Amino acid sequence: MNLTLRIWRQTGPEDKGRMVTYQVDDVSPDMSFLEMLDVLNERLILSGEEPVAFDHDCREGICGMCGLMINGNAHGPQRGTTACQLHMRQFKDGDTIDIEPWRARAFPVIKDLVVDRNSFDQIIAAGGYITVPTGSAPEAHSVPVAKANADAAFESAACIGCGACVAACPNGSGMLFTAAKVTQLSLLPQGQPERYTRVIGMVDAHDEAGFGGCTNAGECTVVCPKGIPLSTIGRLNRDYLAASAKRGDTPGT
Amino acid sequence: MAVSGIVLVLFLIAHMLGNLKVFAGAASFDGYAHWLRDIGKPALPGVWFLWILRAGLVVAVVAHIWAATVLALRARAARPVQYAHRKKIQGSYAARTMRWGGVIILLFVIYHLLDLTTGHLNPVGDPTRPFANVVADFAPERWYVTLFYTVAVVALGFHLRHGMFSALRSLGQQTPGGERRARAVALGFAVVICAGFLVVPFAVLTGLVS
Amino acid sequence: MELFTEGDPIADTKAPDGPIETRWERRRFEAKLVNPANRRKMTVIVVGTGLAGGAAAATLGEQGYHVKSYCYQDSPRRAHSIAAQGGINAAKNYRNDGDSVHRLFYDTVKGGDFRSRESNVHRLAEVSVNIIDQCVAQGVPFAREYGGLLDTRSFGGAQVQRTFYARGQTGQQLLLGAYQALERQIGLGNVEMNARHEMLELILVDGRARGIVVRDMVTGEITTEMADAVVLASGGYGNVFYLSTNAKGCNVTATWRAHRKGAYFANPCYTQIHPTCIPVSGDHQSKLTLMSESLRNDGRVWVPKTKGDDRSPKDIPEAERDYYLERIYPSFGNLVPRDIASRAAKNVCDEGRGVGPTKLGVYLDFADAISRLGRKAVEAKYGNLFEMYERITGEDPYEVPMRIYPAVHYTMGGLWVDYDLQSTVPGLFVIGEANFSDHGANRLGASALMQGLADGYFVLPSTIANYLAAGPLEKVDGSHPAAVEARADVEDRIQRLLAIDGDRTVDSFHRELGQIMWEHCGMERTEAGLRKAIDEIRSLRDQFWQRVKVPGTGEGLNQSLEKAGRVADFFELAELMCIDALHREESCGGHFRGEHQTPDGEAQRDDDRFAYVAAWEFTATGQPSVLHKEDLKFEYVHPTQRSYK
Repeated sequence: MNLTLRIWRQTGPEDKGRMVTYQVDDVSPDMSFLEMLDVLNERLILSGEEPVAFDHDCREGICGMCGLMINGNAHGPQRGTTACQLHMRQFKDGDTIDIEPWRARAFPVIKDLVVDRNSFDQIIAAGGYITVPTGSAPEAHSVPVAKANADAAFESAACIGCGACVAACPNGSGMLFTAAKVTQLSLLPQGQPERYTRVIGMVDAHDEAGFGGCTNAGECTVVCPKGIPLSTIGRLNRDYLAASAKRGDTPGT
Repeated sequence: MAVSGIVLVLFLIAHMLGNLKVFAGAASFDGYAHWLRDIGKPALPGVWFLWILRAGLVVAVVAHIWAATVLALRARAARPVQYAHRKKIQGSYAARTMRWGGVIILLFVIYHLLDLTTGHLNPVGDPTRPFANVVADFAPERWYVTLFYTVAVVALGFHLRHGMFSALRSLGQQTPGGERRARAVALGFAVVICAGFLVVPFAVLTGLVS
Repeated sequence: MELFTEGDPIADTKAPDGPIETRWERRRFEAKLVNPANRRKMTVIVVGTGLAGGAAAATLGEQGYHVKSYCYQDSPRRAHSIAAQGGINAAKNYRNDGDSVHRLFYDTVKGGDFRSRESNVHRLAEVSVNIIDQCVAQGVPFAREYGGLLDTRSFGGAQVQRTFYARGQTGQQLLLGAYQALERQIGLGNVEMNARHEMLELILVDGRARGIVVRDMVTGEITTEMADAVVLASGGYGNVFYLSTNAKGCNVTATWRAHRKGAYFANPCYTQIHPTCIPVSGDHQSKLTLMSESLRNDGRVWVPKTKGDDRSPKDIPEAERDYYLERIYPSFGNLVPRDIASRAAKNVCDEGRGVGPTKLGVYLDFADAISRLGRKAVEAKYGNLFEMYERITGEDPYEVPMRIYPAVHYTMGGLWVDYDLQSTVPGLFVIGEANFSDHGANRLGASALMQGLADGYFVLPSTIANYLAAGPLEKVDGSHPAAVEARADVEDRIQRLLAIDGDRTVDSFHRELGQIMWEHCGMERTEAGLRKAIDEIRSLRDQFWQRVKVPGTGEGLNQSLEKAGRVADFFELAELMCIDALHREESCGGHFRGEHQTPDGEAQRDDDRFAYVAAWEFTATGQPSVLHKEDLKFEYVHPTQRSYK
């Protein structure tokens, strides 16, 4: 099939950037979306143009490195699928496809479609862990965990940190990402001692990084390739309220 | 947002119930309106209670608008460059129209106060005869007033649907089952409020109340 | 010219002796310690943030060292350990099914086809139990039973259930555990994280590893980073085959640069090829996707009996199908080990009986399972895998048999290290898949995660102290002549790559190199093929340095430039892999030489001649490498021949 691509090109953080139109012919429906971009890039290189920079690594939907806004959809039209797992059979001959980077103040563009998601790491560094220095752990079976809680914790832990939730959010909020980690750790007995300091630290880091506030619009969970549920945000809110109430009298909060 | 919203929701419920008195006849409705001014007597002189209530409402409205403005400004700051390809709404329509919906409701409330509280924009405009004011307002030849009220109340319904749901979540509803319940409660509440408010103008329009 | 020369044998001078159960404890006791007050003054560089590197950086940070961590991805959480699916082995014996540290040790040595060190493997088995404790305490959501205790499953032919798992995403969950511990140390200021940085050279001062040259991939700036010791945790080199299950960015540059600076490279030819991957769909293919091995429990593998049978699988009657694994291996059938299943698939495709558009594929058919168990039951077991298959191929495996083909998956070879995980360069430590590891010639399923975390959390943090305690080393900074020279070399190489301005892209060279390697140094190797491959690699490498086109400049983000540097190193590694494969005139584990097989086509080891680790020393570009042999002794597990008939 033959496609028209309109791709955001931006030479660096200081450049204003613009949409540029490219024609790509003979695209096979068996190609992945990123392989289609590879084909375009090979051609651009040979014709002396700069190839389109985009982030990708595992190309099997788990590392979370890829992330493209495809026709206004984070990761493209197929639900539960990262851009690297999206295949061209989802498109038709003659389609025009708009490709843009994630747009958020907390995710500044580095070049073309590549953005800096370091703010997510900062949210984790502010409390998204359980403090357990290596070697100090008790025997694994000393604390049983109800299967339902372990399964629910896993569901939240499946977050790949791609940033699609932020990209899709009308408020540019990173609350689904933050809530996924808060939920995972607050469901487990191991996470209880730091439960309230964690949620305060992470939400503060989230706000400081320049993400918008959550208004429960629900766009995030629709585009999430791992289907992180919106109920995680409810859990974060409850922990946050409880933690705020304790802020005065809990050491460390 | 959630707390001020809940105060306003409580007011809406009381307001709607009061409105429905219109079906009990002119005397009952006017009596209710006068009673409102007299609550608290003799502990509080004059219309003090009503003014305290009004002050509380103003505080809630201001807090609500202030919180909404802060969120809107943060959202704007959080995405300095917009997408070239704007996507269609995939989550909830009501959620995506909260801000403009809120502005419409605010404009409506101003009009509504000038119309039925101060009487400036009402054809009768007699503060002592609220029933007559209402009947005159929604007379069939003033169909455009009814239309405007309808649009505003439907906007309010959307606003309430997402607002209620969101408030429940902000206050800590957290399970998937709870999420479904919160959605159902919010939708049901929005429909009831809409119907309760719309039934009065339509009753006047169709001559059921005159 | 000779392909290589032979040098002095090499020995692991740190390996303790005595009863094998006490060796690790003795080594830890004898190792010198660093006073906590002095740790703050010592800097350790860790390259890579996967299970090994992330765990090591976090643990060293906790211990009080000043750690500088580097990864090429945009976040340490994206390292390719994240893609491991199956699980992690540990000798917990929670099932009371006869497992023990000794049994895990035994299985791993045997699974490695008797080409690994007993002492190392025993330590791995001992430490495995601590790993599970550590990860559970970190909040890793392992699968659990209804009683709240950890669930385990069997894996990779072991007779006990010792594999802990978190659905099909065990690697992801373990890595996020290590990543979170690392982020905590970053937040505390103990670890300085440098994401989107690529190590391009090792800096030696007075023969010791004292730093690295890195390129900031965002600004293009090249800097020298100095330290008291350098730890490489940069993963495997499966991408030398271009197509593999590795992430696109996985590369050999960090270890290859260290090899060129004096670190010996051990057993480069040991490559694991996984039998159940989705086949290549065309020339555009950029990577291969693994389908869980568990599919072979219910799927039947077959190809048409006649060559070039182009009928759709539904139209091929039962009598004209060849269920070749069931035919050749009646007792194990479709469940033969990875290497055997892979080679059998290659053989039938070589005979011209492969299926699918490229003819490089075999059917994995669930029709029997669906009629026997019902569609619902099959869906419950494999639903997510079937969905993933359909997403990639556009075919519905409930209706049409899946097509699978083997793909490069893991590399057992890597930099040579002693018992302390120190390479032949003092101060250079190598952990995880990057070292030549504890897996011998073949890695068992669910053992890669175990080794990465064992090295990172428990082994390296104990052994590196012994090296650092001998200090303090003289302080050096980027103005040291060795650092200045290393940096100039890197800049010069980048300028050379940019200046060629030829007519072929980096990817086109990489793809061609991969084809040569897959053809001649893949599932089956022969002397003639390997010799041919060496010639082809050399001439392609010359072409590369004359015709490659790298657009842009060295400043700012330049993904073509990054790839060009990596492919240039893959060319050199590829040649060494072929030489190693050629010199090892036996078949063992992941290394199968066509000339060395039993009459019924199984791998034939030659323990008399080849029971050694081949450690290669770099001399100069284009000059023969020097082979150093480290003899392997088996005191506890005695070599036997494997049979799966």
